[in-house]
Amino acid sequence: MRFSSKATTLLILIAVIAIAPVFFPSSYYFRVGSLIFVNGLAVTGLVVLIGYAGQISLGHAGFAGIGAYACALAPVHLGLHPALAAVFGAALSATIAFLVGRPILRLKGYYLAVASLGFGILVSMVLSNEARLTGGPDGMAVPELGLRGVLRTVGVDLSNTEFWYAFSGLVLVLGAWLALNLYHSPTGRALRALHGSEIAARTVGVDVAHYKLVAFVLSAVYASVSGSLLALQNKFITPDVAGFMHSIEMVTMTVLGGAGSVLGAILGAVILTTLPQVLTIFQEYEQLMLGLVMMLVMIFMRQGLLPSIARSVRGRGE
Amino acid sequence: MPELLQFLLSGITVGAVYALVALGFTIIYNASDVVNFAQGEFVMLGGMITFFAHAAGLPLPLAALIAIIATAAIGVALNKLAIEPARGAPVVSLIIITIGASIFIRGATQLIFDKQLHRFPAFSGDQPILIGGATILPQSLWVIAGALAIFFCLWLFFTRTLIGRAVLATANNRIAAQLVGINTNYVMTLSFAMSAAIGALAGVLVTPITLTGYDVGLALALKGFAAAMLGGMGNPKGALVGGLLLGVLEAMTAGYISSQYKDAAAFVVILAVLFAMPQGLFGRKSTDRV
Amino acid sequence: MSLLQIEGLGIDFGGLRAVHDVGFSLKPGEIVSVIGPNGAGKTTLFNMISGVYAPGRGRVVLEGEDVTRMPPHLLARRGLSRTFQNLQIFQSMSVLENAIAGHHLHERGSVFADLFSLPASRRRSKASEESARVLLERVGLGRAAEQEAGSLSYGALKRLEIARALALKPRVLLLDEPAAGCNAVETEEIDHLIAKVAAEGVSILLVEHDMKMVMRISNHIVVLDHGEKIAEGEPAAIARNPRVIEAYLGAQATEVQNADG
Repeated sequence: MRFSSKATTLLILIAVIAIAPVFFPSSYYFRVGSLIFVNGLAVTGLVVLIGYAGQISLGHAGFAGIGAYACALAPVHLGLHPALAAVFGAALSATIAFLVGRPILRLKGYYLAVASLGFGILVSMVLSNEARLTGGPDGMAVPELGLRGVLRTVGVDLSNTEFWYAFSGLVLVLGAWLALNLYHSPTGRALRALHGSEIAARTVGVDVAHYKLVAFVLSAVYASVSGSLLALQNKFITPDVAGFMHSIEMVTMTVLGGAGSVLGAILGAVILTTLPQVLTIFQEYEQLMLGLVMMLVMIFMRQGLLPSIARSVRGRGE
Repeated sequence: MPELLQFLLSGITVGAVYALVALGFTIIYNASDVVNFAQGEFVMLGGMITFFAHAAGLPLPLAALIAIIATAAIGVALNKLAIEPARGAPVVSLIIITIGASIFIRGATQLIFDKQLHRFPAFSGDQPILIGGATILPQSLWVIAGALAIFFCLWLFFTRTLIGRAVLATANNRIAAQLVGINTNYVMTLSFAMSAAIGALAGVLVTPITLTGYDVGLALALKGFAAAMLGGMGNPKGALVGGLLLGVLEAMTAGYISSQYKDAAAFVVILAVLFAMPQGLFGRKSTDRV
Repeated sequence: MSLLQIEGLGIDFGGLRAVHDVGFSLKPGEIVSVIGPNGAGKTTLFNMISGVYAPGRGRVVLEGEDVTRMPPHLLARRGLSRTFQNLQIFQSMSVLENAIAGHHLHERGSVFADLFSLPASRRRSKASEESARVLLERVGLGRAAEQEAGSLSYGALKRLEIARALALKPRVLLLDEPAAGCNAVETEEIDHLIAKVAAEGVSILLVEHDMKMVMRISNHIVVLDHGEKIAEGEPAAIARNPRVIEAYLGAQATEVQNADG
């Protein structure tokens, strides 16, 4: 219970984000931090889908791709400000999630996994193949967000990496707050109820198809905003953002830390984002390690890291 | 018309590989209800190990045999080390485990061997055979014949042998199978060994045509899964037909629509099949019990 | 006027007649029990009435409206609720949350309000939590509210399911073996609870193996055997019915007679 309380989770999150920079020896760490937050945001969305509603998606990178390319394309072709482009991407992702989710979410287990995977791959295929629009596999440039300049005029002067660390951290806290609100709300209960027993949820009046769709659309918006943030801070984007491996990483982060809790899932994002950074010297071992971590955690800690650790700590206390 | 025939022939060749991967899926799925996302890695291993054994001076048939046996052993290890300890885990966990295994095998292959693309000589030369204006490589005939032979052997195995029937019984009802004295752990081990061996054989057969490399497994796994689903999960006949259909469909897409979107064909089909008839072409309908 | 009317209901599974031509009706506040040997089709009948299975034949009429083949969540809106023979508890939720979840139809609202935890959303949550606590008290689980649902005993879970079903404020309540696996004391508690709920005007359809309980609290009994209705009537008449006794040969037959005597 200690870890599921809303205030505790938000406090821990804010404290870590605010205090960590004190120990950063170089700007590189701000960069890794903001990557963690970007992934953490996508993963928080998946907590709603996987942890609350019990539905799987192996295609959410597709929505990250939509969010990312919206920021690259909408400013050029629609004349939108990059920030508005991110909102536009989120709206587009929500719409597509709504349309795709309706038929997909009738499926269960492996079928849902593969249908969502197929969707994600189709998105990444379009992004790679429509080279005239997207620059193809080589990727394309993304315009500057411009918020840093605005901050400077009011006297807040941050380096590029510092700005993105703070900004993505803020968005992550906001995202976590919304997801935690949802958990304890009527909608969250309906989602968790259909996760626990679909048939019982229906008999208490939960429109299961509707609520699955709600979770799917919400998580798509999270993924989309995460993709937008990634594009804006990198100022460059390639179709990899929508690729199958990115979808897998997102799901792995979610279940690694513990899909049932926002904090746990973000911990998963921390581990899987820093692992390749730590292992840069052993770059050849990266895939080996990733695969190994995925297997070991799922075999020995089915609830995910955080709940398993919490349980063993509590168990020792009693 | 020769154009259509040409697409058909190349489609059937690729489809035969998908069918073999789908058969591998089916065997494991039936024995354990697990969808093994590492299935494509078996195909990759079959090709890679054969190449390196051959390059080390072994004759090709011996190299292929070693590859198939080694891959079967890896399949058994996968079952013992990753699947059996996770029995009863939710579907999401099993998906992560087998995808993790797939990434692990890929990473290990890249370390032990290399990141290059490889091929070894075709079994009966590279002189194309002319059929009604279209051509087909002799190796394609090997692939198609291999798929049909495996399918036939599996059919014999499941209908004519005691152990094959034990596997079917386990697929039907694990607990009942245990009660009548079937060693279901042995059945699982056997299924993984067979499935991996079939995958490796597919890799051996197709590498002279498509080349192999450490990262070809994932795409194959997805296509094979698509084929299995198209035919109806758990149905060997469905796997064969689904694989061939998917291969032909891809070739037609590449030929008549766009070669860039050839891979999209598989997933469009999957989505369509799942929405229209979630049980696939030959699958059974199931009802939840409450 | 009857609240729930079942007419000629039937379903086949793979050519096998699971339930055939079953009909009866429920008046407000009435307790009707469906009894019969194992495999007689009682749970299947429940599943058809509650929209889990689509019946192949016949009609289900709720307050004059044909609700045959209507999905469970729409039946819930019309005041039909149920419990399950094999428990369907929301395992990862606390006992209290399970009971709150039963208030779904009363507490649901805009997702937006829930996301931002707007006052409207918090008000809805608070109202259902208060009601849930009252319901838990009522089924004797008031003190277990904060526990994880999975940690409760079987009998307690049965009562939690009843509380969850009552949260809906149903007009018709289907109870599938509410006393199965409960000890004598628990059975009596459930017994009282059902009588009290019925006294408030809720019609109760009951499947139960505990014949003493069935004979004691039912106004009317429907007997199924091999998927067909073989008898219906008042408890005393049912206990004397030769066809019923025949269907219940063995231990249960004497049980029926004992309960009568």
